[in-house]
Amino acid sequence: MNSQKKLIVSHAPFLHIGSGITERNLHIIYAALPALLLGGLFRFGIPAIGVVCLSVSTAMLWELLMNRAMKRPVSVGDGNAALIGLLLAMLLPATAPWWLVITGTFVAIVIGKQIFGGIGGNAFNPVALSVAILMVSWKDYFDFNGMLMNYDPDFIMAYPLATLKNFGVSGIEQYSIGDFLIGRQSGGIGATFGIGLILGGAYLIMRGFIRWEISIAYLAGVFVTALLFNLVDPTRYADPFFHIFTGYTLIGAFFLATEDSSSPVNFIPMLIYGAAGGLMTILIRNIGAYIDGTVLAILVINLINPLLDKIRPKAMGKVV
Amino acid sequence: MIKRSFFGFTTPRIQYLPMPGQVTTPAPLKRPDNVTLLVPCPAGDVDDKLVQIGDHVKTGQKISLTSAPGAYGIASLSGTLSAIDRFPGEAGREYTAVTITAAATETLDNAFEDRSEPTLENAAAFLACAPGAPSFEPFTEPDKPIHTIIVNGMDQDLLVMTAQYTLAFRMADIQAGIKFLKAVTGVENIVLATPRDAMHGYGEIGASVMTMDATYPSGLPKLIAQKVLGEEIPNGKSFQDMGVCFFTAEAVASIGRAFSDRQIPFEKTITFIDKQGNRSLVSARIGTPIADILKEYQVSLEEKDRIIIGGPMTGHSIFSTQYPVQPFTDAILLQDHGDIALTSDYPCINCGDCVRMCPARIQVNLLVRFLEAGFYEEAAEAYDLSACLECGICSYVCVSKIPIFQYIRLAKHELGRVASEETATEEATDE
Repeated sequence: MNSQKKLIVSHAPFLHIGSGITERNLHIIYAALPALLLGGLFRFGIPAIGVVCLSVSTAMLWELLMNRAMKRPVSVGDGNAALIGLLLAMLLPATAPWWLVITGTFVAIVIGKQIFGGIGGNAFNPVALSVAILMVSWKDYFDFNGMLMNYDPDFIMAYPLATLKNFGVSGIEQYSIGDFLIGRQSGGIGATFGIGLILGGAYLIMRGFIRWEISIAYLAGVFVTALLFNLVDPTRYADPFFHIFTGYTLIGAFFLATEDSSSPVNFIPMLIYGAAGGLMTILIRNIGAYIDGTVLAILVINLINPLLDKIRPKAMGKVV
Repeated sequence: MIKRSFFGFTTPRIQYLPMPGQVTTPAPLKRPDNVTLLVPCPAGDVDDKLVQIGDHVKTGQKISLTSAPGAYGIASLSGTLSAIDRFPGEAGREYTAVTITAAATETLDNAFEDRSEPTLENAAAFLACAPGAPSFEPFTEPDKPIHTIIVNGMDQDLLVMTAQYTLAFRMADIQAGIKFLKAVTGVENIVLATPRDAMHGYGEIGASVMTMDATYPSGLPKLIAQKVLGEEIPNGKSFQDMGVCFFTAEAVASIGRAFSDRQIPFEKTITFIDKQGNRSLVSARIGTPIADILKEYQVSLEEKDRIIIGGPMTGHSIFSTQYPVQPFTDAILLQDHGDIALTSDYPCINCGDCVRMCPARIQVNLLVRFLEAGFYEEAAEAYDLSACLECGICSYVCVSKIPIFQYIRLAKHELGRVASEETATEEATDE
């Protein structure tokens, strides 16, 4: 029973839907580009370009080094390291020093991802973990007022959340939501341009690369919690829209909380996960010590993710 | 062939393709030079007194290999037995391949003519290798009686249209088959499961008709049985335990034809899907080598192409064009070496696409982690391995291209093997 031609023998199914990890990461990078290019590089210029390039390249380099060190197949080509580097740069101030960027990508790739076994194994979002560690270690470099002092654009360059923390609600009356949406605010390289982030997020949701349940629940969590605070004492707590369009909220909702490996997959857990993230963000901002709690809130929900995913439908024919 | 749509926020729906309008009754393939019958018994058990190389057989003759009742094949060609070989099937199944080389003239065997009274004994003794492979084994267990027979008019996989053809063109045979089935088994409750968009108005066929959804995998037997029974079948319970049994539409048509013509049918209707995805029907004798069908269609096979027996989601690929048509071969699918989707050893990234698509609501993302590590018992206990319907959708949508379906089959096979070994050891110690 030997035929002349050798045939390929493999297991069913013999069709594939055509999705892939590289495609997925590339599309998330594309979705981040509007916010990065128009909001970040255009506004902050050459220093921002330097931070982004250094971050993306060193992230890929750490990935390659770890592949070699751990004797694993080279996974730089899947775009995940580049995506992590890009998102990290988007959260940093444009004037971040080179060593901060390299340390950041080291923490993200090596500690955040590779020591868990690479893509899919990380319990925490590598970017959120990295930013949290950097923020705690060198908090002055995340003081956007100090870092971006030399920029003098035609809008208020004071970091909105810092103003809120230091001067209360009366201090933020000078800001307008419209300015936040079109990127006229201080902040991380890629985190200031509200419309760009929303468009990127909408694109990812529409294409199915991220889950709408997480993003929408996160934003709803931020909104409802901020609204409750605001209703209790409008003189001390900012209105919900301020919270949604400032700091890392939008990039957190669309790009950080939705990271595959550290987020749940079932419907109800995704809603709880997102809403809990929004709640934590506002709790940290309004009654915590930190100016922006988004990355810390995301780490907390990453932590509860495995527990949340235990809320799952009963399998077919399962006898309890 | 079937790709992800641009919009991905809803789960994709995989549809069974309806039969194209221009389909007509397929002309039988020309008489093959040899046929190979795969008989479900190990080659070591073959009884020399019953069968030997060089024996002459007539078309329709029963070839018993051992004294066991199920170990027989029905000659689909008149000629001489030229080889009796061991044939290892998939997942460790053992077959004996009996090859018949054609004689110059066709002669029909008349053993069945004398035994064509519609009784369970006659049906089980002669019809198990008829097209559609009707199995009468469920009726031999008196402590687990069958109360419902489901005639499965749904094709078992995407692109396949053998069952649709049978429903559309062979309703008279099915109707006769249902009548004989009632006589043979004594079961009065017969349900015909049909696709939603099938032609209706069958008239009085002796069975109630139930329509199934056009979305894959609604045609899988377990989902049909659950719809018919109106309840979920608990894991670990077989169809036999639930009192239902399945016959494919073609099997019922074969039964009808056999008892009315007093001849065992041997022409199998096969959906042939070429490399471009064009579908047509072909009628071939059971045992015909696939190579004969490829020759008929003038298919040029290249290195690293793939030949699949059955459909694209649940079929199995074969390594040789000499593989024969079997009684349950509903489709032959060809894939060009350029179109083959390969699997990868990337880890699960936890995207959740499989979980959202799984018809059995299994947490595939968790399950696959255990299966990759070889923890089959944990997978079965805590992550619902046994609930799997084996539809293949999880592998189909997997972003990491993990061969999840293969892992699941392997795990089930290994668990089954371990369980049977344990029972064997227990029996040995008892004695």
